Amino acid sequence: MPIVDDALIGRIFREESGRSVATLIRTFGDIDLAEDAVQEAFGVALRKWSLEGLPPNPGGWVTTTARNRAIDHLRRESRGRELLAQVAEIADEPTGEESGPVEDDRLRLIFTCCHPALSIEAQVALTLRLLGGLTTAEVARAFLVPEPTMAKRLVRAKHKIKAAHIPYRVPSEAELPERLRPVLAVLYLTYNAGTNGPSGDELRYEAIRLTRSMASLMPDEDEVAGLLALLLLTESRWPTRFAANGSLILLRDQDRGLWDRSLIDEGHAIVRTCLRRNQPGPYQIQAAINAVHCDAPSFESTDWYQILALYDQLLVMTPTRVVAMNRAIALAEVQGPEAGLTILDGLDLDEYHLFHAARADLLRRLGRPDAATVAFTRAADLATSDAERAFLVARTGMARSDIQ
Amino acid sequence: MPRYLLSTHSVAGATREPMTDEQMQKAWEPIQALESEMKSAGAWVFSGRLHDADTATVVRVSGSEILTTDGPFVEAKEHLAGFYIIEAADLDAALGWASKVTRTISAPIEVWPFVATEGG
Repeated sequence: MPIVDDALIGRIFREESGRSVATLIRTFGDIDLAEDAVQEAFGVALRKWSLEGLPPNPGGWVTTTARNRAIDHLRRESRGRELLAQVAEIADEPTGEESGPVEDDRLRLIFTCCHPALSIEAQVALTLRLLGGLTTAEVARAFLVPEPTMAKRLVRAKHKIKAAHIPYRVPSEAELPERLRPVLAVLYLTYNAGTNGPSGDELRYEAIRLTRSMASLMPDEDEVAGLLALLLLTESRWPTRFAANGSLILLRDQDRGLWDRSLIDEGHAIVRTCLRRNQPGPYQIQAAINAVHCDAPSFESTDWYQILALYDQLLVMTPTRVVAMNRAIALAEVQGPEAGLTILDGLDLDEYHLFHAARADLLRRLGRPDAATVAFTRAADLATSDAERAFLVARTGMARSDIQ
Repeated sequence: MPRYLLSTHSVAGATREPMTDEQMQKAWEPIQALESEMKSAGAWVFSGRLHDADTATVVRVSGSEILTTDGPFVEAKEHLAGFYIIEAADLDAALGWASKVTRTISAPIEVWPFVATEGG
């Protein structure tokens, strides 16, 4: 039996609270009530489980306890009693095994959280708070804003959902393309937020879990499948991305034997299905790029021509500076560092640390250690995570030693 | 049922070429068609088009007296030009009507939820 401590309950909270909150929102139609009740239920769990051990179905236990708490709250208010009369039948449902409709609840909730009537910042914050079970402080940290700012953002967004009656349902077929775009963007942002910071693993797993359930609920949406493949293939390399001291390890230096084959196989299978369907989109192409990387037994044997061709296609669909930058890095592998550097120097990305890191790498390969040192220093100054900073500081030292 | 204000704004000084009666009729037809669609769907509560901002008058309390002045209250480049008040099941339904209005009149539509009052 696992030791029931705060860490374990915290983990269960991350994994289960989204389901519970989503189910309670369906039952009671009130986000704050659902959130508070689930929070309280975990408070009870913390005391009870550490004494008695885990119940057979912790998530179901939390949902049932939270539902009872919410009913208690509503009984204390007269408006609550009216609402209770309406939801009485639903609240009496057996709750032992939460399965089918619960996934639907999470899907409904993500479409509410990612409604285009909300700002993208609010969409991400709501998704992480309500579905990811992060605290307001953790959401604030993940997006580098002060906690009061994030708290205000969440309050305002929840108020808008309530006041404007943003619906809690999966959009119709006709609405879907427009409504899916922000959902995928939020899931991708969530995964990326999980590539650094204290709650990183949970964020990445949550992003993958949510994307996986979306993919199974919307099997005809190729971009959902594409995003899932992209996340799986990126995640497959995760254990090899950091050295023991926490510093970043570049793709070229990673131990490919340690990449997670089962994630790669799953990602590859999805990419192949997408290729057969031939409805390419930005996530599918990024997944394909990652599939090429995961296919290569070594960095040198990577099929850079194919990667460059995929970046060409991606750049047409999403002509952003970051895509142009990544294309330039691929170009450098095909045509040499000079060609890559020429493109990079034409891009206005001065505030982006990876831009300076990419330039520095090419400068070093071109035998210009002075310029490389300057660029690595700038990259290290701008780095957003400790792992990247440690890596870039070490690179700065290497470039500097080239000078002598 | 939730109520929403769908409002459209006119930009001060951006006066259009005056329309002939025939053009006016042509422009009006799809707007009327949409309005009857709203009515038969049970969504329409009220709608209206407003005269220009320089026809507006402001009344306010100044000390113990009522002060009446010319002009709209808000000093802005854009002013309320017309609106619909509709009933819709939720924001998506309201946005559906707003999409139809914006297509019909070729101007952006602002969708505002009303605060629910007793008795709707």
